[in-house]
Amino acid sequence: MSTPCLTIKNMTMAYGDFVIQRDLDFTINSGDVFIIMGGSGCGKSTLLMHLIGLQHPVKGQVFYGSESLWEADINVRQRILKRTGVLFQSGALLSSMTLAENIALPLSQHTKLSAMRIREIVSYKLALVGLAGFEDYYPAEISGGMQKRAGLARAMALDPEILYFDEPSAGLDPISAKLLDDLIRSLRDNLGSTIVMVTHELASIFAIGTNSVFLDADTKTMIAGGPPKQLLAESTDPKVVRFLTRGVMEKHHLHTTNSQEHSEL
Amino acid sequence: MLTNHVPCEIKIVHIDTMLELILVGDWVLDADTPSLDPLLAQMIKGSTIKRLVFSTEALGHWDSLLMTDLIRVIDHGARQGIEVDTTSLPEGIQGLLSLVYAVPERLDAKRQDIKRSWLEVIGHFVISAVTEANLLLIFVGETVLSVGALLRGKARFRTVDLWINIQDCGPSAVPIITLISFLIGLILAFVGALELALFGAQIYIADMVGLGMTREMGGFMAAIIMSGRTGAAFAAQLGTMQVNSEIDALKTMGFKPMEFLVLPRMLALILIMPMLCLYADLMGIIGGSLVTVGFFDVSFLEYFDRTSGAIHLKDLMVGVTKCSVFGVLIALSGCLRGMQCGRSASAVGKAATSAVVTCIVFIVIADSTMTLICNRLGI
Repeated sequence: MSTPCLTIKNMTMAYGDFVIQRDLDFTINSGDVFIIMGGSGCGKSTLLMHLIGLQHPVKGQVFYGSESLWEADINVRQRILKRTGVLFQSGALLSSMTLAENIALPLSQHTKLSAMRIREIVSYKLALVGLAGFEDYYPAEISGGMQKRAGLARAMALDPEILYFDEPSAGLDPISAKLLDDLIRSLRDNLGSTIVMVTHELASIFAIGTNSVFLDADTKTMIAGGPPKQLLAESTDPKVVRFLTRGVMEKHHLHTTNSQEHSEL
Repeated sequence: MLTNHVPCEIKIVHIDTMLELILVGDWVLDADTPSLDPLLAQMIKGSTIKRLVFSTEALGHWDSLLMTDLIRVIDHGARQGIEVDTTSLPEGIQGLLSLVYAVPERLDAKRQDIKRSWLEVIGHFVISAVTEANLLLIFVGETVLSVGALLRGKARFRTVDLWINIQDCGPSAVPIITLISFLIGLILAFVGALELALFGAQIYIADMVGLGMTREMGGFMAAIIMSGRTGAAFAAQLGTMQVNSEIDALKTMGFKPMEFLVLPRMLALILIMPMLCLYADLMGIIGGSLVTVGFFDVSFLEYFDRTSGAIHLKDLMVGVTKCSVFGVLIALSGCLRGMQCGRSASAVGKAATSAVVTCIVFIVIADSTMTLICNRLGI
């Protein structure tokens, strides 16, 4: 599968006069697990905001299929965005609602399903993320990892074609993070969704990433792209290499330690 | 999104002791799905049916809708002791099903509504009222201790916080205080004037407005405004800090939240409220004078002469003292509700609401008590 699902063309992002990233050009294919990576403050989350329609690019385009997100009128944009689901960094569950109400919210607003059917779908989504039976809990009553999985259940409520994740494994222990990675991968495999993920968790990047873009804060643009493993093996850019190896490997002994480091990951 | 769906339907085929369920069409969220009841009715313990298999050759697109139906069938089969063979389903569906059944449902997690008898409800109410009163006393106690620390020069807070709070509660509140107390003076004058004019005693409007504003209304209205404006803000600020664990962070750095957060707010209000009170008095008197001069044939000079004769220093002192007490109460209840705030967005809203309610209740109680005392003592 390599039909383009999302195309970013010549995009510049800025807050007022302060340019975050410029000249971004990349394509996300259907079925990819696409990683947006880069050091802190390079604009990863800002890029995500532009993709999910929360921030307007200063220049350039975001195409969903063949439709431009920002040139479309508001109704078309709403329709495009309805095909996406977002898991925010801290889950962003509405704290005054139970988990069931959180997940039922988009279903009851955007579909004509009966209350009974919505209840079934809510239970199914919660079971999918391993939270069966937690319908009547409030977000504050469950742990951070559970909140994140509940957030994932809500993001999937409308069976989106594209799922966005902002730092999914931030704040999770390594085992929970791995379980979340496995969950994301099996959801991708079984639902055929496209996954776009902002992360700097190396383990996740190599475990599930199939394509990526590397943003650099100094030059304010993307300096690399491609499957993460291939980047690690082939990239000669010192910044990319340092990032992907946690700065352990300097360029001059790249070739001697490459295979060893790779197998550890 | 597909616009033309193949309508979905099911066909049930009997093969000896086996049922074959044939799924046809697109099972996507907007589709009308066929009822499963005929199928479930056949899958009953003790019937000849022992096994259910699926046939999905004609199945088109599918999503959560199909999944929930399948889960219903599988759960029903498990309850009735009928084997449901899922191996012929598409791989994606099998994968999702294995995810769904990977973690068993936490039955103890389910909540049940417990019906309480009225006696129990009253009991809970009393207990929570006592706990509430206890918390309030503890908070007051801690405040007194931190004021003690302040007097001994040991309280730790940033002076700049005090100035920021003074700016927030004082100068920024002047416009709304001006508006409201001006109107109150205006209204007082009108209400009294209609009666007094009957006896040709318009000049006494000055007495009424002057005494009414200084002893009672000026301070009271300023306090009500400040409880809505500042008490709620205190509760929301501290509540949000609670949500973000900022208060925990202060504690670990060795600051006492009572000193670091509550003291500057309380000091600011205690310092500012008397001034706001005097300002409100003045605005009220000006408001009253406009009505009296404009409609009831009294000159400005007469009005202000009469006013200065009617108001004594002790009247001003009574009003200002009351208002200082209100300041303490507003800061206390605003900070109390903020510090008690839960850790969610809705808890912050509740904290702000209950701060305003608490403020107003306290102010009314304190005002009546102090007025009664003044009356008895003849002040």
